[in-house]
Formats: sequence, C-alpha cells, structure tokens
Amino acid sequence: MSDTLFPKLPYKLKQRADEATVNIQLQQFVNHATYSKDVARKQAMGGAFGENTDAVRDLAGQIKQHTLDHLDHYLEQFIDNATATGVQVHFARDGEQANQIAVAIAEANKCRLCVKSKSMVTEETHLLPALEAVGCETVETDLGEFILQLDNDAPSHIVTPMIHKDRTAVARAFQRELGAEYTEDAEALAQIARKHLREKYRKADLGISGGNFLVAETGSVVLCTNEGNGRFCTTAPRIHVAFVGIEKLVPRLEHLGVMLKVLARSSTGQPLTCYTHTITGPKREHEHDGPEEVHVVLVDNGRTDVLHEDTREMLRCIRCGACLNSCPVYRKIGGHSYGAVYSGPIGAILTPMLKGLENYTDLPHASSLCGACYEACPVKINIPKYLIQLRRDMVQNHLSGTGDRVTMRLWGESLQHEWSYRIGGWMQKTFARMQAKFGGTLETDDPYASRGWLTWAPGPVKGWTQERDMPTPTAKSFRHWWRKEHGR
Amino acid sequence: MKVALFITCLTDTFYPRTGIAVVKVLEKLGCEVAFPEAQTCCGQPMWNNGHHHEARELAKRMAEVFEPYDHVVTPSGSCAAMIRDYYGEMFEDEPAWRKRATALSDKTFEFVEFLVNVLDVDLRKHGVKWDGQATYHYSCHLRGIGITDEAVRVMKQIEGLEYKPLEKAEQCCGFGGTFAMKYPQISGTMVRDKVSCIKATQAPTVISNDAGCTMNISGSCRREKVDVNFKSLAEIIAEGMGLM
Repeated sequence: MSDTLFPKLPYKLKQRADEATVNIQLQQFVNHATYSKDVARKQAMGGAFGENTDAVRDLAGQIKQHTLDHLDHYLEQFIDNATATGVQVHFARDGEQANQIAVAIAEANKCRLCVKSKSMVTEETHLLPALEAVGCETVETDLGEFILQLDNDAPSHIVTPMIHKDRTAVARAFQRELGAEYTEDAEALAQIARKHLREKYRKADLGISGGNFLVAETGSVVLCTNEGNGRFCTTAPRIHVAFVGIEKLVPRLEHLGVMLKVLARSSTGQPLTCYTHTITGPKREHEHDGPEEVHVVLVDNGRTDVLHEDTREMLRCIRCGACLNSCPVYRKIGGHSYGAVYSGPIGAILTPMLKGLENYTDLPHASSLCGACYEACPVKINIPKYLIQLRRDMVQNHLSGTGDRVTMRLWGESLQHEWSYRIGGWMQKTFARMQAKFGGTLETDDPYASRGWLTWAPGPVKGWTQERDMPTPTAKSFRHWWRKEHGR
Repeated sequence: MKVALFITCLTDTFYPRTGIAVVKVLEKLGCEVAFPEAQTCCGQPMWNNGHHHEARELAKRMAEVFEPYDHVVTPSGSCAAMIRDYYGEMFEDEPAWRKRATALSDKTFEFVEFLVNVLDVDLRKHGVKWDGQATYHYSCHLRGIGITDEAVRVMKQIEGLEYKPLEKAEQCCGFGGTFAMKYPQISGTMVRDKVSCIKATQAPTVISNDAGCTMNISGSCRREKVDVNFKSLAEIIAEGMGLM
C-alpha cells in the first residue's frame, strides 16, 4: 500500500498510467464516476449562481489568496483564539514531526483504539502506521477509506477515495475481513459497516480528523462530511486530534458562507455536505458530549516552500476534487498513476512542489493542457499556467533531456525565418506523402485537400502512429494558394 | 474592414482548404484580407514545453509581422489562446516588447469568434445553405479565449444543416501538442473516447476548427474504422455560400 502513494523516487508515471489505460474496470468506474460528478458540479454551480458563477469563484479565490498573503498574521490569530478556547495547538514542520506529536498524545493518554475520519494530511504524513507501531489500533471510518483499509489499498481520489473500486469489492472485503454474508445490496452493506463501526466508536479513546477550514477569528476547526462519521470521531472519544495543513485558514466565520457553498457544489454537486461541523474547543463543563482534550496539529510539510510568491496560488486549494473529475487524463489513468497522495491536475503541480520537481518530472508533462481543471476550480487556481511554469523550471534546471533542448532550439530557430519555415514544411510534406504513396493511401484530386495516411512513422512521431493514423500534409499549402491567387 | 490572416503552421500545411475558406468568407462579408507572408509560428510548442526563450523570440516576430494591421484572424482557437493568454506574461521583464506583444493579443481573434463577436454576422441574412447532418468538436483552447457555444449558434443559422450534439463535448480529444507523442497510450485512450462519442451521433460530418484536434481525431477515426468526414466551420460556410 505504502508503495502506491510513496513510490521509489524519482517516480516515472508511464508504467502505471499505461497499465491503467488497459484496465477495463478502472476505465469504466473512474471514467464514468468522474464524468457524472463533473456534470453534477456544473449543474450545482450554475443552478445556484447562474451568470455569477465566475464572480463567486473569484471571491472564493480572493478570500484564500488574501489569507495566504497574510498567513503569518492569521496563523497567530488562530493559535491565540484556539488556545483561548482550551485547544492545544501544535506546529509540525514536517510529516514525521506531526506523527510524533500524535504518537506522544496517544502514548501520554494510553490510547488503545483510534477512530479516524477522512484526512488527506494524515495520508501525507502516513500517520496510521505510526500509531499502530505504538500499539494503538486504528480504524478508518469514512466508508471508502474503511474499505481501502480492509483491502490494504490506497486512496485514488481526494474526495472519493475508492473511486477505482465498485460495490462488489466492498462485498468481498466485508465477507473476507468481517465475516459478513456476501451481498451487493448497498443498504445491507451500509448496515454491515455501521454495525461494525458503531462498536469501534463506543470503545475508541482517540479520534483523529482532518479539517476543511480553520477559522482564525474563532479558533475553530470546520469539518465537512456526508456520512456523519466525522462527528462521531470528534465527539465520542476522550481525545480529539485534528491534522490540518496551514493553508486551510480563512479569516472569519462569515467567509465560510462563500467557502462552504463552493466546496460542496464543486466536490459532489450538493448545496452543502450533510454534516458541517464547527469545533470550537473541548467539552465545556455543562456539556454532555465532546472530547476532554482537543489538539490541532498545524502541518507545514513543505507548504511554506510553495508559499513563495510565484506559486502561492497553488495553496488556495480546498481539496474539492473538481479538477480531478474534470480532467480527461485523470479519467483515463486514475489516481494511483500519479504516485503520490495528491493526484489529478492539482497533484501534478503540488506534488513536484512538495516532493521535489526532480522526483516527479513526468507529472507536469502528462497533461494536454486542455484547461478543464482551471475552469472547474472553485478558487481559480490557474493549473495549466503552473504546469507550464514547472516545465519551464525543468528546462532551466536541466531536468529535461538534451535531445529535447536541441530539438526545441533547432525547431525554434527554423521558425525564425520564412525560408527555413518553408523548407521545413516542404520536407515534411515530401517525405510524408512519399511514404503514404508507397502505402497506397495517397489521394490526388484537389491539391489543397488531398492527403494520405501514415500508419507507422519513425522518431518522435512513432508515439502518434502507435495509437492512431497520421494524416500527411496536402499536396499544396495555403501559402501556395495565396501566391497563386494574389499574384506573386 | 482590413484583416490580416494568421494561418498557423498546421493549417498552412495540413488544412489549406480551411484557410482558403476563411479568406473567401471574410471577403464575401466585406473584409479586405491580407496575408503577411513573413509569418511562421506563434511559439506555442516551445512555450508549452517550457522552452521560453525560443517562444519569446517567435512572439517578437509575430508582434512585428502583424504590427501594421488592425485585426488578426486565425482559424485556430489554440494559437489564438496562446497569443491572448501568454504574450503579455512572457515579456514581464521587457516592457517595450510587452506593449507590442499585448497589442497583438488585443486584436487577435479566432475565426468563428471574429464572425460572431466582431462582425456580428447573422448567416440567415446571407442565405447560407448546407445540407447534411454534422456534429461539432469543441476544442479546448476555446475555453482560454472565453468561447462557449458561438460555433453551435452559427451552425444553427445555416439552412439544411442538422446539428447532432456530441456527448462529452467538453472533454479534450487528447491531442495536446507533443503530449500525443510523449504519452501515446494516455492520449490514445482519450481520443478513442472522443471517437466513440462521435460514432454515437451517427453524423457523417464532424466540424472541427482546430487543425491539431482534427489531425488527432481523424487519425483515430481512420484507425478505428469510423467513416466520417472532417470539415472546419469556415469550409461549411464557404460551401454554403457557394464560394467553394
């Protein structure tokens, strides 16, 4: 499992991606689920905001950008206000330190059973194995994550972690690991999970969660879930530890009015998630429910490096998964191909930033730059722009091959002069048409429309013809027609 | 109105008929069309691959070549988006060039965009008639220049043309320039998805306005034995006006 999200570095995407493209199940599940989620997002955003959709995205983006521009100020404010409510705030420079903090809390309180709701940051830090290592049993309670834990599998989508599996995988896991009777009935499966997990909530002494937002003004942690498991995890056990990335801050409660609206619509097409939980401090004296101790671990883990002016916008991300759902590449290769915790378009820019560009040189290139992600992003992160920026950084840092550099230099130079452009075009045309003629596919009627087809081509074009035919240039170019018609 | 045509390297070499159609339609609509022959490429392949020095040199050339004209029209959303989205950004440290390059950004239009948003043409007034069923491929870079359903609206103004909507119209066909060659299997899976949507429309003609997409999708149609014709909307209009 750990190999999937933490592969040997440097990571090359091609092998897993190519395998994914011929994995029929993955093609069906991921392709279909992401497409329908994308449609739902558009309907939800358009339905609620109509022609103001773009303005709402602008506003959400500005709220996040403003917070990031003044992150030191808002972090301080959050720490002060959270501490005042009785929350113990910790700061973790990296994943290891974050895990040590959680382990120390578990050990100090002799915690034996931990229930955990969904959190990408804990995937980043690899928290559960660290807790298991000190004898604290861990149970994932988000349904998707629960199945993945039973299957020793890794999440492949930020919001829908088991998007690469279907109901039969759930049935098999429950039969194998929980001794349940095999059933594909969704309701029956949910009941099996519910019965199993209720027992765990009752016995757990440690609850782990993530956080969708942190509110600086009140020191609150905001959790958005659809299954109610987040609420159990953060109220039933004696101790609650929230792992939250430092970029999750918003200045004031009122900003949630915008952020919650775009988050749920962008991720699942809902107006709001079923549960929106605002945690402000541990249980108070007069309260019956709630943890006695609340800890918030503010996790950096590479984020302050991304905070640089050139890349700060990437940290606006609210992990809604809309870019994954809209991405034609993600739809075809699934999340595991990205070889990191964050997949899809946002992963393709964030992972190289967090884990080293030299370790993930494929990620920024494995995109057709179609821009669907930018259009889907509720906080307007210009992902295609950053993909190109990372490609530029690779060229500047000599991470792209010499062949690539020489080709681009020569190609660029040949386009600097009309004569070399024309010679290049003529050579391309002549060789391709000769090959097509030899292959018997060359048409010879209208010189401005007649073409042939290549089913095999050498060098860099080989990749093209491996998958589809290549049309040849026409017998005569547009330029030729213009000269003929306009007399020169 | 005086208009300069930026043909783009792919249309020049692979789809000259589209360029001819653009010239004929614009002239018919009363424009005076010029074709500055010194033009080559907008620099998109270099820019997208991170070779920004080379891209800047080509952008400078573009800015110079098209400086004398008021409007530049190109039959490619992709190249129009390159000029509009990135020509300003690429000269952040060179204000003089930035000014010249953004001047080009401001006056560059994709052909259909130019018809609808600048010339404000209603084809119904020109009696354009083209018989047949056609579906339409929305190329991704139209997003970059803020174009949504303009082409479909134009198609609906053509008498006899029966428009068959394409499922997953907004999903990229998998071309992506060098992407198609660097990651052939991903790109191939993407284009086959597009081809199966095209096949499902049962339309014999696909209207596709970006040369790169057309090369990719038509190549896959041929490999998958899906027998359809590819035309640009400019060709359809020119044929419908009896110009070709």
